[in-house]
Amino acid sequence: MNTTAKLVRLHVDGVAVEAPVGASVAAAIAQVTLRCGRRPGGGARAPLCGMGVCFECRVRIDGIDHQRACMTIVREGMRVETAMEPAHG
Amino acid sequence: MAEHYDVLVVGAGPAGLAAADAAAGHCARVGLLDAQATLGGQVWRRDVRAEAPRMARHAFHAVESRTNIARFTQTQIVAATDNELLVEQAAQAHTLRYDKLVLACGARELLLPFPGWTLPGVFGAGGAQALVKQGWPIAGKRVVVAGSGPLLLAVAATLRKHGASVAAICEQASAKQLAAFAGALWRWPQKAAQAIALRSALAGVPYHAGAFVRAAHGDTQLRAVEVQIGKNRRRIDCDHLAVGYGLVPNVELAQLLGCALDHDGRHPCVEVDEDQRTSLANVYAAGEVCGIGGRDSARIEGAIAGHAAVGATQAAQALRSAQRHARRFSALLETRFALDARIRELATDDTIICRCEDVTWSALNDFSDARAAKLQTRCGMGACQGRICGTALAELGRFPRGGPRPPIFPAWLATLAEADFASTPN
Amino acid sequence: MNTFDLIVVGAGIVGAACADLAAAEGLRVAIVEPGPVGGGATAASMGHLVVMDDDPAELALSRHSQQMWEAYAQLPEAEFSRCGTLWVARDEREYAGITAKIARLAQAGVVAEAVDANALYELEPELVPGLAGGMLVAAEAVVYPPRVAEFLVKRATTRNTQLHLGRRVHTLSDDGVVLDDGTRLSGPVLVATGCALPELLPMLPLRARKGHLVITDRYPAFVRHQLLELGYADSAHGSAPTSVAFNVQPRPTGQVLIGSSREFDSSRDVSMTTVRRMLERAFAFLPRLRDLQALRIWTGLRPTTPDGHPYLGAVPGLRDVWVAAGHEGLGITTALASAHLVIDQLLGRRSAIDPAPYLPSRVRA
Repeated sequence: MNTTAKLVRLHVDGVAVEAPVGASVAAAIAQVTLRCGRRPGGGARAPLCGMGVCFECRVRIDGIDHQRACMTIVREGMRVETAMEPAHG
Repeated sequence: MAEHYDVLVVGAGPAGLAAADAAAGHCARVGLLDAQATLGGQVWRRDVRAEAPRMARHAFHAVESRTNIARFTQTQIVAATDNELLVEQAAQAHTLRYDKLVLACGARELLLPFPGWTLPGVFGAGGAQALVKQGWPIAGKRVVVAGSGPLLLAVAATLRKHGASVAAICEQASAKQLAAFAGALWRWPQKAAQAIALRSALAGVPYHAGAFVRAAHGDTQLRAVEVQIGKNRRRIDCDHLAVGYGLVPNVELAQLLGCALDHDGRHPCVEVDEDQRTSLANVYAAGEVCGIGGRDSARIEGAIAGHAAVGATQAAQALRSAQRHARRFSALLETRFALDARIRELATDDTIICRCEDVTWSALNDFSDARAAKLQTRCGMGACQGRICGTALAELGRFPRGGPRPPIFPAWLATLAEADFASTPN
Repeated sequence: MNTFDLIVVGAGIVGAACADLAAAEGLRVAIVEPGPVGGGATAASMGHLVVMDDDPAELALSRHSQQMWEAYAQLPEAEFSRCGTLWVARDEREYAGITAKIARLAQAGVVAEAVDANALYELEPELVPGLAGGMLVAAEAVVYPPRVAEFLVKRATTRNTQLHLGRRVHTLSDDGVVLDDGTRLSGPVLVATGCALPELLPMLPLRARKGHLVITDRYPAFVRHQLLELGYADSAHGSAPTSVAFNVQPRPTGQVLIGSSREFDSSRDVSMTTVRRMLERAFAFLPRLRDLQALRIWTGLRPTTPDGHPYLGAVPGLRDVWVAAGHEGLGITTALASAHLVIDQLLGRRSAIDPAPYLPSRVRA
């Protein structure tokens, strides 16, 4: 196992995390919370399929909503918000 | 500006990599597309904390070293005509023109509903492996692996390798089915060796045949699963459940193009001839999208498709008997791991079926018509476009899946307005 | 018994409203619908309840019907959402034209107010800068038509209505209809089959006018009102082969629904060329739409008559055959009043509004 992988620093819900280069945003989020948003009925959701087909892992990344965390690779300085609160009131 | 390729290959798993390499070997201008950030598809997904298997590294190197293969990663197909693909790469839209198309779109996991399956912490089996390979912090977590097929062993081994504690492996096939499967493996010595290696890597992990998950329990997240093992029910505390019941071909792009599908099973696959050609003269298909068969048939079929797409018929022909042998393995998988009927009956009235729109099993009771159910409940109208609920409902024998319209994946609105796509009449 | 007081052919929103009203009047009703209920243009529609003021007949019918929709404001199936309609003026000329519109609407009892540029951006911050202002019709709403159609049909069946779901009318007969399985139903017939009208009533000219819609993922509060450009009516009433107009709706789910397009085509295939034009038009008013995720595109066929008004009434040349079809882009809004106009005529009653502009007999003239 490669333990000298370079690390990427990003923020998830305001919390600073470090993830290996090449890691998915989903993996980074998991260091902070298991939850990736809610459904109409109020139920919390988290990643399920890991391969971009279930859309349960949609989050806001650098201000853009509905990006799949499992299909996005971490970048230095990325800001992730798991709850996509409306921009306007 | 639209770019033109002699051959576009959709999917960079074992089939797509082989197809691109084969076609490029005859000097064709090849484009290789995949929605993931790196090559490899599902089975050869790169592990950020481990080295890729040798076979995968060879396949990557073969493709990366060819200057006539343009690689498009993080690239999602949105729409298609008979000579163009509309794709989206990092929020930028492109139109790619092709003479020949090779569909190596692979498969996704079959996820079936049961009480509690929407709890955070429940993953697909392949899903868990994918997440962990891409850095999910699984070390020290307690995981139950369940579902069906040899994939479960590979998943459990990956989890263990990354520091998880695998509490149990619950394989729904009976001990008798498993023995028959093991007994037939001598024809595929590599697979037999693989199975043995996996079993030894999992020494000490409880393995139950004829076992399946009835329900997942928890408050804000998964805390325990209830499993049926033979005649007994048992509760197993865990942090995660990795559960998958097999694979389903990703036929949406083939369907959109109008390729003939084989509807014999519960889930359609793309019909191809000996040269991997579909019912459309300029479209080929290879690997799981033609029927679940595993890595070896995917590699061989990909190569056949790549050769055939550029007219190298002898090279394609030379691989046919190897392809037939590899495909016999898929027939074995299908019979030996057929699903226990009880697994299709786990959903209760309150179980959510359409996860995107929170539609429960009981809400669907009133409907015998798939379209009426969709209109009245919004089942299937969410972001997954029915890939999860629609596939599950087809497996449960409830509703067949409808045909796709563009976009075949959610896309940025800006992409749908891309100027060059479908701009000239056919 | 296969004898009825009324046989309603087609259970889209119009047919469902007719059947429901007839049943409420005590008539013994049969409904014939290949299925699903509300599965045609009704399913494809935007569900916007809007009063259109450019044409007196359209104004009367849409206003009369919109008032009837108020009764459904609390019905859960209707998913009634009073987001209001905000018409957008690109320049001073369009803004100046709003005064006359407000007056016409006021005459019909609809409250509309002019909104200057400042107020416009207070209401809708995502609109592109440089617009002149708009007209707000705050009381207007959107509904989800397929569930309403299902509700109306269900309600009719509780009142002695027989539903033949999965069946199609093969032909009209001397005294009723013959179904595709050979079943004969006798009684007066009301044809509410939308774009399929020419199959049973070829003497009433009707064409299918395809529209596209795109729906996004959830972006609550991206827009708050149904937004239309003032030029929308030019597209709807014009005769250009293909036209697009800015028309965007906030769904109660938080999704954004984007229209509109018109082209004479009876195939349901998605035309990416038209979608592109329609979206470019929408981006011109809402630039940040570009960054939203689209989940689905679909098409719907608007049943379109030569003068743009529906056929509501007795079919000339046939005995005991009535029609309620041809509503173009106002089918949801005008479904309830359409039912009243036709049932009134069937029962020999005066209607609250003048039925003349919609009489099928106008075709002969």
